[in-house]
Amino acid sequence: MGRALTSFLRLMGGACRDILPIILVIAFFQIFVLEQPLPNLGAIITGMVLVILGLALFVQGLTLGLFPIGESMGGAFAEKGSLLWLMAFAFALGAGTTVAEPALIAVAGEAALTAADAGLIEETEAAMKSYAGGLRYTVAVSVGVALVIGVWRILKGWPLPYLIISGYLIVVVLTFFAPPEIVGIAYDSGGVTTSTVTVPLVTALGLGLATVIKGRNPMIDGFGLIAFASLTPIIFVLVYGMWS
Amino acid sequence: MLYDFLSILGDTILDVAPIIAILFGFQLLVLRRKVPHLQMVCVGFVLVVLGLALFLVGLEEALFPLGKSMALQLTQKAYVDAADITTIGAIAWYHYMWVYLFAAAIGFSTTIAEPALIAVSLKASENSGGGLSAWGLRVAVAVGVAAGVALGTFRIVTGLPLHYFIMAGYGVVIVQTIFARKWIIPLAYDSGGVTTSTVTVPLVAALGLGLAGAVPGRSPLIDGFGLIAFASLFPIMTVMGYALLGDWRARRSTPSEEEKKP
Repeated sequence: MGRALTSFLRLMGGACRDILPIILVIAFFQIFVLEQPLPNLGAIITGMVLVILGLALFVQGLTLGLFPIGESMGGAFAEKGSLLWLMAFAFALGAGTTVAEPALIAVAGEAALTAADAGLIEETEAAMKSYAGGLRYTVAVSVGVALVIGVWRILKGWPLPYLIISGYLIVVVLTFFAPPEIVGIAYDSGGVTTSTVTVPLVTALGLGLATVIKGRNPMIDGFGLIAFASLTPIIFVLVYGMWS
Repeated sequence: MLYDFLSILGDTILDVAPIIAILFGFQLLVLRRKVPHLQMVCVGFVLVVLGLALFLVGLEEALFPLGKSMALQLTQKAYVDAADITTIGAIAWYHYMWVYLFAAAIGFSTTIAEPALIAVSLKASENSGGGLSAWGLRVAVAVGVAAGVALGTFRIVTGLPLHYFIMAGYGVVIVQTIFARKWIIPLAYDSGGVTTSTVTVPLVAALGLGLAGAVPGRSPLIDGFGLIAFASLFPIMTVMGYALLGDWRARRSTPSEEEKKP
């Protein structure tokens, strides 16, 4: 018990260090640049305590729950040797975790507004809703596809740079054909899809696969799944923008 | 505040529910084996959900309102600094110096606090056999986000097309990839997608939309987007640069040993 407590206190210390830069930046700009006092100091301090406690609990939970299950499932699928099920799992994990992602829902809503504003779709609520929904499912499918490609690459041991750079080239070519209003949204959608819970899980899955499969190196083959998950949404959203 | 906490906790549980359903569904129906250390894993999930909810409530309580209003005020401040506030042409890109500085500072500091990046850097340092420091990696990514967001705000102010910047960035990444060590490349590519989640996106998005609304001739809907894209591209460059720096330092400190290697 004593050891658990010390290790948790150490995590709290780490969390304080992690959050300190934001406090300094906000305090500096508020006091010296905007020349205003800090409002609601009480609320800020309570908020900081919650942030630090939350971050420490999260990191503890990662090492207890997310990392072990991601790695053990990666390993178990590799041993079971059923390619089809592994791919189904990768797709479900990518698409299932993305479709409900709050950041994506927000961006899709903004995108529908932009599209209506630019006259790409009708300026009615129904049209905007269906556009936003279509965008969300497009991105979700694209993340599912990304993980399928990414897992396939780990199994085959293909070098990552060729695949990612070909992806970049596709993005560049599509950019010239897509409506300009969609380009900013498409580029942003790559960054917002991967949530705080998905990232550790997917990373652990890749590392688990790369550790179990013979001849694969965790650093070279295990990482890279997130890279696909941030690239394919750009391509899919650009295509979606050209289509609708 | 308790109400806020419960509502955010509910949202977090809803977010995590599909993940748990997929994990346990495949575990029980396809793999058909017991989850190793089931109790520990369950405790871990509870901690992750609880921790994330506390973290978000704290941010909503303390940082986001202040950070967002600050982003808005700073973008307006350029008007005050400009000599002539009545004509549009009187405001030039260099009147927005505080905005660029704020963009870089907020990009750096929010990235350091990003939980997903903490997770990936832990795993990276573990798998590199201690050759890569988790903290060093996080600082490298944060420097990348800082540079990216600052350049992104410059782009919004000047109104230059987004895709030129992104394509130039891709070019740099390709050149760096040719010269980088093989083991750092996948991690560098991953770090682009990892950086932008819970903490960074709300503040950076507020900055972008505020700035696009404040600069004459920009539309928040069209020009406000793109900051996240910068924030996901630049860390790829800085992480590869960080590895290169490590190589260079190692070579300088032990030149003889390096020569002995085949």
